[in-house]
Amino acid sequence: MEISSESQKRHTLAVLVDNRPGVLARVTTLISGRGFNIDSLSVAATMEPDVSLITLIISVSPKFVSQIIKQLRKLINVIKVTDLTQMDYVERQLVMVRVRTQEDTRAEIMRLCEIFRGKVIDVSPKSFTLEITGGENKLKAVLSLLDQFGIEEIVSTGLTAIARSLPPKR
Amino acid sequence: MSGAEILIECWKNEGVEVIFGYPGATTIDIHHYLETSGLKFVLTRHEQAAVHAADGYARSTGRPGVVLVTSGPGATNTVTGLAGANMDSVPVLVFSGQVSRMLIGNDAFQEVDIVGVSRPVTKHNYLVMSTEELARTVKEAFYVATTGRPGAVLVDLPKDVIAGHAEFDYPRKVFLRAYQPHLSPHPRQIQKAIKLLLSAQKPVIYAGGGVIAAGANEDLLQLSELLTMPVTNTLMGLGGFPGNHPLSLGMLGMHGLYRANMAVQSADLILAVGARFDDRVTGALARFAPEAGIIHIDVDTTSIHKVLDVDVPLVADARQAIKAILEMLGPLPVYDKKARLEWLEQIKEWDARFPLAYDRETRDCIKPQMVIETLYRLTSGKAVIVTEVGQHQMWAAQYYLYQSPRQFITSGGLGVMGFGLPAALGVQMARPGATVIDISGDGSFLMNVQELTTAVQENLPIKVAILNNGCLGMVRQWQELFYDRRYAASILKKEPDFVKLAEAFGAKGLRASTFEEVEPVINEALSHDGPVVMDFRVCPEELVYPMVPGGKGLDEMLLRQPLEPPA
Repeated sequence: MEISSESQKRHTLAVLVDNRPGVLARVTTLISGRGFNIDSLSVAATMEPDVSLITLIISVSPKFVSQIIKQLRKLINVIKVTDLTQMDYVERQLVMVRVRTQEDTRAEIMRLCEIFRGKVIDVSPKSFTLEITGGENKLKAVLSLLDQFGIEEIVSTGLTAIARSLPPKR
Repeated sequence: MSGAEILIECWKNEGVEVIFGYPGATTIDIHHYLETSGLKFVLTRHEQAAVHAADGYARSTGRPGVVLVTSGPGATNTVTGLAGANMDSVPVLVFSGQVSRMLIGNDAFQEVDIVGVSRPVTKHNYLVMSTEELARTVKEAFYVATTGRPGAVLVDLPKDVIAGHAEFDYPRKVFLRAYQPHLSPHPRQIQKAIKLLLSAQKPVIYAGGGVIAAGANEDLLQLSELLTMPVTNTLMGLGGFPGNHPLSLGMLGMHGLYRANMAVQSADLILAVGARFDDRVTGALARFAPEAGIIHIDVDTTSIHKVLDVDVPLVADARQAIKAILEMLGPLPVYDKKARLEWLEQIKEWDARFPLAYDRETRDCIKPQMVIETLYRLTSGKAVIVTEVGQHQMWAAQYYLYQSPRQFITSGGLGVMGFGLPAALGVQMARPGATVIDISGDGSFLMNVQELTTAVQENLPIKVAILNNGCLGMVRQWQELFYDRRYAASILKKEPDFVKLAEAFGAKGLRASTFEEVEPVINEALSHDGPVVMDFRVCPEELVYPMVPGGKGLDEMLLRQPLEPPA
């Protein structure tokens, strides 16, 4: 498989799996074993207790992504794989960020937070902790604006995503 | 019932008759009950060999091969065997002991995370965390190993799970929501395939190991004759189509026959059945079969469009797919038979120009190909041939014509040197009456030579034919052709006396150093009722031809130096 000659594209894969020990390892080793990096990963319960959803984002060539999807489907514990990038979908990520504050910056930081529909979830004498949810572009924009005040720490969940409507049956 | 007894009951329920393996601290409980269970346990002398033996057993019968090993090194020694079986789609189950649950993760004695280690080399694996779930897990393991595209499965058994007690209730069925092999072909795809099959002028069937795994050989033969389509086999597919049939082209690929490679390159249609367009088969992909439309039948979705894009993908069991094609074709399909006969003529011409050949005039050293031809003749083409990996393997693929499936047992995908001798034990266990010959090299033979003890212990009358050229021939061949003849690390400067070695193990040792000695040695070996090692001192510089060099197309084969015209 040509690795370098094809352009790489970001794919958001929704992988529905049996909720059992070791399943996440099977999914991730399949990808890492082929020398690719996972950009983002999140795992969460679904409405069915014995099923989990893994949302993972990889930047790979189109040929590789179709192969990896088939390989994932082949895993005994993988129920369903959807490449959300192929359809209309919404993705969100939650970021918590602690920003340094001063007398004269507090108001502006709060206004910024409001504009981006974030929340101040903790306040200390010299910092605010904000919670912001959004897609990748929005989060980038907020963080670059907050940067001027001095960001002390950022933690972030992986991206998670959902299709806008039920995908057509394949 | 204890976990150990449950495990044995599960095996009985699955129809297991033989278990290969090696005991250790964590599996003593199982062996304790196995001893009186009525099941046969074969003690190999290395866990790797136990897996290859189970693999040989499985390849020669189609039934799953079963292995029992201890934790830690016992388990890690199975990795090569698992990977080899899995790559060649062979149903092999390894049951490994594990330290007790409370010790897992504590760096306990002989502890290793074998489920983690074996994950990429198995179809699936399990760590059984309670005695209650043991029976269900074993059932599931057999189901996964033997269905769809078969493969290797490992089941890790903590010592206290084995010692614990539970009710024995063997599930009759397994339902896995996420694993439901797709076996029946889609009628629309069959229709598309038929359209191409009837309109083609120069079709070739490219048949792989899937034909054998699915038991599709007879249907394939029928299809080939019905549509006058020549058949080329992959290494794994040999025996899936009768090697001496007029429509057989023999093996294709890196060391494929000239006629087979030329036919593929010039074909206007390739029907791939249970084959996966391996790099050793296709040569340079960009130049592979430039004129051909491709129909690809495979039970494994991931094989389809993996290497190249095909015109008609058909995800299905090979047997069901071919049966569906035959059914839709009916008894008298209409196609341009004249064109196909011309196509066969063209192939015949290619074959006449560059037949599979070696220098038959040389008598001052034994030509390795001649040894294989003599084996073929003296066994009437009916032996089960097992091989190691290297030049001898390619000659065994080229010069022995296999009539039936499961007659040629070789490590194809992973290419495991040291596979043949233990695999031959498994084959002979499964088929006590058969003549089983391990065609070996002097390099490969030493990789699992300890298994001669197992052969003697079990009185398995396998014959080992070492094509002894004093070097690692395939590496040496590449060095001769592509690496300026710098024979780095490939010359075996010190070797044991293989005859004495065989005798030391309690087997019979024979040697042929001259052309004239070959036939008598083979005859003596075949008539001896016990394991025999034959040491054939062959011409050290013989190369495997044809050869498609790396990066070249299938039609760019290196061929044997032309012979001097007879005086």
